This record gives sequence, structure tokens and C-alpha cells, in this order.
Amino acid sequence: MSSSTYVQLVDLAKYFGKVKALDGLSLDIAQGELVALLGPSGCGKTTALRALAGLQELDRGQLMVDGKDVTFQSASKRGMGMVFQAYSLFPHMTARENVEYGLKLRTHKTSSQKRKERSAELLELVGLSTHANHYPYQLSGGQQQRIALARALAISPKVLLLDEPLSALDAKVRTQLREEIRRIQIELGTTTLFVTHDQEEALSIADRVGVMRNGQLEQIAAPSELYDRPKTSFVAEFVGLTNPIPGKVSGGSIEVLGSVVKTLPGSVTSGAGIALVRPESVDVVASKSGNATVAAASFLGASCRLNITMNDGTKVTAQLPSSDAAGIGAGATVSVSLLDMPVFVKAAG
Amino acid sequence: MKQKMGVKIWRWSIITVVGFYLLVPLYAMLDFSTKPYGFENTGRSLRAWKVIGTQEALFEAVTRSLITALIVMAIILFLVVPTAIWVQLKLPLLRRPFELLCLIPLAIPAIVIVVGIAPLYRWISINLSESPITLAGVYSMLILPYTYRSLSAALDAVDIHTLAEAATTLGAGISRVIFGIIMPTIKTGIINGSFIAIALVLGEFTISNILNFKTFQVVIAQIGRSDGQVAVAVSVASLLFVLVLLLLIPNKKRRGAVLDVDVA
Repeated sequence: MSSSTYVQLVDLAKYFGKVKALDGLSLDIAQGELVALLGPSGCGKTTALRALAGLQELDRGQLMVDGKDVTFQSASKRGMGMVFQAYSLFPHMTARENVEYGLKLRTHKTSSQKRKERSAELLELVGLSTHANHYPYQLSGGQQQRIALARALAISPKVLLLDEPLSALDAKVRTQLREEIRRIQIELGTTTLFVTHDQEEALSIADRVGVMRNGQLEQIAAPSELYDRPKTSFVAEFVGLTNPIPGKVSGGSIEVLGSVVKTLPGSVTSGAGIALVRPESVDVVASKSGNATVAAASFLGASCRLNITMNDGTKVTAQLPSSDAAGIGAGATVSVSLLDMPVFVKAAG
Repeated sequence: MKQKMGVKIWRWSIITVVGFYLLVPLYAMLDFSTKPYGFENTGRSLRAWKVIGTQEALFEAVTRSLITALIVMAIILFLVVPTAIWVQLKLPLLRRPFELLCLIPLAIPAIVIVVGIAPLYRWISINLSESPITLAGVYSMLILPYTYRSLSAALDAVDIHTLAEAATTLGAGISRVIFGIIMPTIKTGIINGSFIAIALVLGEFTISNILNFKTFQVVIAQIGRSDGQVAVAVSVASLLFVLVLLLLIPNKKRRGAVLDVDVA
């Protein structure tokens, strides 16, 4: 992955009446990078992607791709490959014809032989060579989305835009296809912007994940950094699970559940605060003289989730390796402390 | 099982009643057109059907009406369909007014429409052409309620916005999107609408008669005044013609069934 900026979204704004879909969004994407935009419904992530595709006019801002200003270029001339949330294959064309469609429209017309070769290559890439002559209605949802991906990639797009392409699929196909998207993206080195509301999807395949809220980017970082070092309480609470536990902050640390841990930058600096503690940062040890009781235990395979009630009534969720949780069941008395990992602390109240 | 049997009986009774309702008049017409002619008692004859071939005015009228129908179809294809798609894609706020506008010809009696357009056709006859083919203009308006309904149903059944956007990002301009992507997708709706339009054009009488144009139905009526059997034979023939047209409407079923297991 090169570190040079390939796509630039500069101060984008789009208002629908009083609703701010985009409110000063800026984002840089390096060549060959896969950036995921994550956020709740209505946060503006799809609007940003559609603006880059040329399907959404902007009220303000600038879009740069490969050093060229494309803000006012029409969608048909931008050379972006897009995969939509809804099934979008042309129903009157076979899978191969769908893949070849974009090539037929290129300014420098590709010869029919070359088109055939290219479509065969892409159908092979998405593992559907045997379905080249199938019509969309003969394909399952997952197969249709893979053909749509092949169609978008056929034109060797400057940027691949994925607008929640997996959300209409069932869980198993979704996981398989997202891994396949990542494999193909790395293989071809296509710069990609991926929009999703599914954090697992974003964290598992993106180089960087941008969390959006109210038309703005809250934080953009590598998945692990976003999870371990959130910069705002919104990011901490939106990405992954957190236990909001009150405590006292002083000198860059907080005392919570009897342990003292460091606070992350951006946290409350003094006084009362609410620590947003990850379930896996909570350490649980079976102890008859413990400070808490297990209310419920759920076995999740490799890990185990415990719902714990502290003696002072505070409720805490902990997640620990199943081997460590052996013998800890509902009703057990346990001793709870925090692992030495920095936490984000938001203002109380 | 009993209930299923009951449903079956109920279904077949309805089909039988409707079948009688449609076929009895046709049978009566066939019967009348082959009855002995005049006072001769020579038994059944195909005289009336044979006479059809000798009616030159009738053939001219059929040709003219078919040309008119073709022009109406062209207007549907190149004006009504693209407009309906455009409204659906780009001007969603105009959908209701457009639908209402298309329904107006259904609400206004033909006779009122004639009174309204008579001066226009007087001008057309004097300055442009006296040919009945000019009726294509008013017919294109008359068929709107039926064609638009058929198109609108077809357009509602597909996510044309996503299809249009997909084609656009692949490099297609708006005309390619309309003619190359959306129109083939709603092909069945367009064909249905067009055939209904042909049936209407071939069957229209009031307007052409009052405006004094010799179309197919007007000529049948004229023949009917001198020889009822021939007129009825021609009517049966035209009904059969339209029936064949309607049967030609492609009825390809698009089943949602997935033929292959997802191997993702």
C-alpha cells in the first residue's frame, strides 16, 4: 500500500432541508487502500459514497481523484466501479453481458475478443465462470452480488465503491463474500471505499475505518486502533461493546472497580467520569471473598461472556477465554478487577 | 382435500360462465354470417366471408388503420415510454399529476373530445392532410390511460433507479439508460401497452365517424348498412385478428427460483 493520497474528499457538505447529510466531511484515501465508512443510519456515509460516484450533487466541497478535480464531472465519465446494496444486474442480460456492458461503453472501444477475455477473467476471479450464460433471475443473491462486483471491476475503475453490498445476504454468504472482496481487492490493488453499518464487516476487511456521525468523521484509524484507542465516547460506544462504569479521574488515570487505569486522550481530565470499559478488559477470578456475583454466563465457543453484579449494584459484562471461565457459572462469587489497559472516560451525567 | 375440491369446482364454474359470456356472441356472429342469404334456401354458405375479399374500400381502410396503429405504437415507444421513465427517474414529484393527466381521456366521453378537437382537425385537413392517418394524433391521446397503467405497473415492479445508476457509473448516458437498460427491462409492459393500443385503434368508431374519416370501423358500419352478414363476418375477422395479436404478447415467466446453490 502506497502512502500517497489518491482520493481526496475535501470539506463535503450536503443538506436535505434541515438535515445535514454531510457537514464538512474530509477524507483522504491512499492508492490501493480499502477504507470503510461506518456509522448509524442517516450519518451520511452513503451520501459521501454517492457524491464520490457522481450520483449525488454537493452543496459544498471538492472531490479529487488521482490529482484531478472531479467535483463537477458527470457520473458516467468518472470511471468509478460501484456495487449497490440492492441487486442491480441488468435483468435482460446474461452474467457475461452484464460484465461486458461497461467495456462496450468505453471511449476507446474494446474489441469483442478482448471483451470476452476480460469478462472470462473476471468471472473466474469471482468464481462464477460456469454461470457466464445465466440470467440474473437464475442466480442467488450472493452470486448476483459477485457478478455485480465483476461488472464494476471490468472497467478497471479508478475507485471501487461498495454501498453495503452484503446487507441483503444471509450471514454465512455475507462472511464468505466479504473475505472474497478483500482477497480480490488486494489482488488487484484497487482503491476501495466501502460503506457499511455492520462494524464487524468494517473492522474485518478495511485497512482503515472511518466512523461517521451527523455528516462528520468522528475518527478514522486502523481497526485495532479504533477499537483500542477511541478518540470520542461515540466511537467507543459505537464500535464494540462497553461497560459504562462511574469513577474518579485525576492525573490522567481513573479509579474504577477498585483498579487504577490510564485514560485515553480526549477523555475527561478530572473529577467524576464514566469509564467505557471493554468486556475483555474486565478480569474475573473465582473467589469466595469476592466483590461481585455472576448473574448469568453465556458460552460463546472460544470465549465466555459473564453478566456480573457488583456488590454495590453496578452491572458489568466481562468476556474472557473459555478456559479462564471454567467453573464460573451463574450465582458464583467472583473477584472483579480491570486489566491494565487504557480506557476512554466520558463526562458523567 | 374437500376444500380443495370445492375451490376447483368454484374456479371451473367461473371459467365456464366467463367462457360462455365471451364465446356465445362470437358463435352468434359466426352463425349469422353463414346463414342462407336473402330468400334463397340453399343452406349454410360462406358467401359473406368470400365477399370480404372483394371489398376494396375495406382493405384500404384496414391498411390505413394499421398504419395509424403503427404510428401510435411509434409515439408510445419514442414519446410516452421515455417520458414515463423520465418522470419516474428524475421527476418523482410529477408522477401523480402525470398519472392524472394520462387518465383524463378515460373520464371525458369520446363525443366531448370530438367537439374539442374538431376545429383542430378541420385545420389539419385544410393545411396538412385529409388522410385518416392524421387520427394517430388523437388516438395517441386516447390510448394514454391504458398504456400508462401498463407501463407504470412494469416500472413499479423493477428498481429502475438502481439499474439506471448502475448503468450510469459504467459510463452510460441518459438515452442509453432509457433505451438500452430500462426499456428492455420493462419490455413486457411496453408490448402489453402497445397491443392494447392497436386493439383500441382498430376498434375506434365514434371519433373517426364524426370527423368523417373512413377508418376500419367506419367502413364496417357502412357495409353493414347494405349487407349485415358481410359486416358481421368482417367484425369476427377483426376480433380474431386482435385475439391473435394479444396471444402474441410474450408470456415468459420470470420465476424467482434459484437454479444453483450458492457456492460463495
